[in-house]
Amino acid sequence: MENWRFKPRAKRVSASRLKRESRLCQPGFLLFLLLLVALAFFPSCRTGRRGHSLVVAGSTSIQPFADKWAEVFMEKKPGEIVDVQGGGSSAGIQAVRTGAAHIGMSSRELKGDEKELYQIEVARDGLAIIVHPSNPLDNITIEQVRGIFQGDITSWETLNGQKKAITVVVREEGSGTRGAFQELVMGKSRITKKAIVQDSNGTVREIVSRDPNSIGFISLGLVNESVKTLALNGVKPTEEAILKKEYKLVRPFLFLTKEAPTGLAKEFIDFILSEEIQELVHKEGLIPVRRSSRPEGSL
Amino acid sequence: MTKLEKNDRLVKLSLLVIALSAISVLAIITVFIFEQGTPIMFRYGLKSFLLGQDWYPSEKSFGLLPMIVGSLMVTLGALLIGVPLGLASAIFLTEFSHRRLTRILKPVIELLAGIPSVVYGFIGLMFLVPFIRNNFGGPGLSVLAASLILGIMILPTVISIAIDSIRAVPDSYREGSIALGATRWQTVRMVVLPAARSGIIAGIILGMGRAIGETMAVIMVAGNAADIPGSILAPVRTLTSNIALEMAYASGEHREALFATGVILFVIIMILNTIANVTSTRQRKK
Repeated sequence: MENWRFKPRAKRVSASRLKRESRLCQPGFLLFLLLLVALAFFPSCRTGRRGHSLVVAGSTSIQPFADKWAEVFMEKKPGEIVDVQGGGSSAGIQAVRTGAAHIGMSSRELKGDEKELYQIEVARDGLAIIVHPSNPLDNITIEQVRGIFQGDITSWETLNGQKKAITVVVREEGSGTRGAFQELVMGKSRITKKAIVQDSNGTVREIVSRDPNSIGFISLGLVNESVKTLALNGVKPTEEAILKKEYKLVRPFLFLTKEAPTGLAKEFIDFILSEEIQELVHKEGLIPVRRSSRPEGSL
Repeated sequence: MTKLEKNDRLVKLSLLVIALSAISVLAIITVFIFEQGTPIMFRYGLKSFLLGQDWYPSEKSFGLLPMIVGSLMVTLGALLIGVPLGLASAIFLTEFSHRRLTRILKPVIELLAGIPSVVYGFIGLMFLVPFIRNNFGGPGLSVLAASLILGIMILPTVISIAIDSIRAVPDSYREGSIALGATRWQTVRMVVLPAARSGIIAGIILGMGRAIGETMAVIMVAGNAADIPGSILAPVRTLTSNIALEMAYASGEHREALFATGVILFVIIMILNTIANVTSTRQRKK
C-alpha cells in the first residue's frame, strides 16, 4: 500500500517552482512539437519536374532493374529525369512505336514488323532449374518441368525412381523471374497453387538446398554449389550454351528506340552498357552483354 | 487571467491536439487503406474476393479465401499452443513456484517479447522446419511450423498479463477457499482463475492480435502456398504474408488487390476484437 504518500491536499506550489518545472511545457517548445507532428503528415514536398525527361516503358521484368539503373544515372546527372514505367513487353513496344515512350523495354525477341525498331540488348536473363544436390536426376525435359510445376507430376518416381512427393518452390506473383518462367516454360498453363512461394531467388535456393525432394527455378547468376542445376533437354546451362542459344531458358533484355538513339536516350543506353552498370547487372543475377565485364569463372 | 493561467490553458490545448493526432493517424491509415482497397473489391464483386479460391493476380483472379482460412488456421493454432502453455506458466509462477524463482523467471519470459520476429522465423526455418520435414513428412514449411512459432511468440503477452490478473485476486479469496478445506489446486481452479478471468481473456486477445498480425516469421516458415491447406503439414499463406510477399513488384490492379487484402484483414481483426471484448465484458458483469 502506498497510500501513506498521499496528502489530502496538495501544497500550494510556488509560482517560481511551477515555472521551473514547466519549462518543458512552455508554449515555444509545444509549438515546435506541434510543428513536428504536422510535418509528419505532409508528404515530402516535391519540386516540380524540370529539365529533360526520358520516358522508358515496357517489360515488368526489366522494370525493377531499369529503376535502379535510372536511379544511378540520375544521381550522376542531376537535372535529367528518367521515368521508368511498366506495362509489359508488348505495351513497351507499342509505346515506342507510337512515340509515347522514348525507349521501350522488351524481355522477349521482336516478331514480324516489330523488327523495324532499333534494338539494343542490355542484358540477358537466364533461368536454372535447381534440385537438392543429393537428387540423382541430371536431365529433365521441358515437358516434365511443365508437368511438375503445373501440378500434374507430383512424385519423383517417374523421374528418378524415388517414391517421394515433389516439393515445388516458386517465386511470388509479379516477380520478373516468375514471369520469365511462366513465359518460357509454362506458356498458357498455370503454376500449381500447392507450390511453396518465396519472395527472393535467395530463399528459393535456400529451401531447395535443404529439402531433398524439392525443385525450383532461380536466376542463373545466383546458382551456387548448395544446389544442383538440371540440364534441360540434355543441355547444361553454361555460358557457352547460352551464347550459342542452345540452352532455352534465356531471354534478352532489349531496349528499343524508333531510330538510332540520340541525345538523352543515347546517354542512358551508353550508361547502361558501361562497365559500371554491366557489373551491377551481373551482381543482380543477370548475364551482362559486355564480355569484358564478365568475371572469369562465373556461370 | 494571470499569465500562469493563460500558459496553463495553452498547454492543455496543445496536449489535446497532440493526443488527437495519435488518433488521427489511425483515422488516416483506415481511410487510406479503404480508399485504396475497396474500389477493386466492388469492381470484381465482393464475393469473388471473399470466396474465390484462386489467387492469380496476373490473370485478374483475386480469390482471397485461401489466405483468410490460412490466417484463421494459423492464429487458432497459435492460441492452441500458446494459451495452455502460457496459462500453465502463469499459474505456476504465481501460485506454486518459490518467490525467488519467480523473480528470475518472469523477466526472462518478458525478454522473449524483445526478440525480433525475424529471429523467430530464422530459428524456425533452421530447426523447426527440418524437424517437421524429417519426422512428420511434407515440406516442413507448414501450418504446424507457423502455429508453433506464433504460439511461442505470444507466450510473453499471455503470461505476463495472466500473472498480473492472477496477482490482483485478493488473498482473502484464497484463504477463504483453503479454510473451507479446498486443496491448493482446487483453489486455483475454482476460485482464483474465475476471479482473474477477464484479465486472462484480455491477455489472450492481445496474443491473438499479435498472432494474426505477425508477418515476417510467418513468411519464413509457412511456405506461403496460396491454397487452402489440406492438413497441418501443408504450406499456408496468411493475409499479412500475402501483402508483404507481393508488394515489391505489384502494380496496377495487383497492388489494389493487396490493399483489398489489407481491408479484409482490418475487418477480420475488428470483428475478432469486438467478439472478444463483448464476451469479456459480459463475463465481467456476471
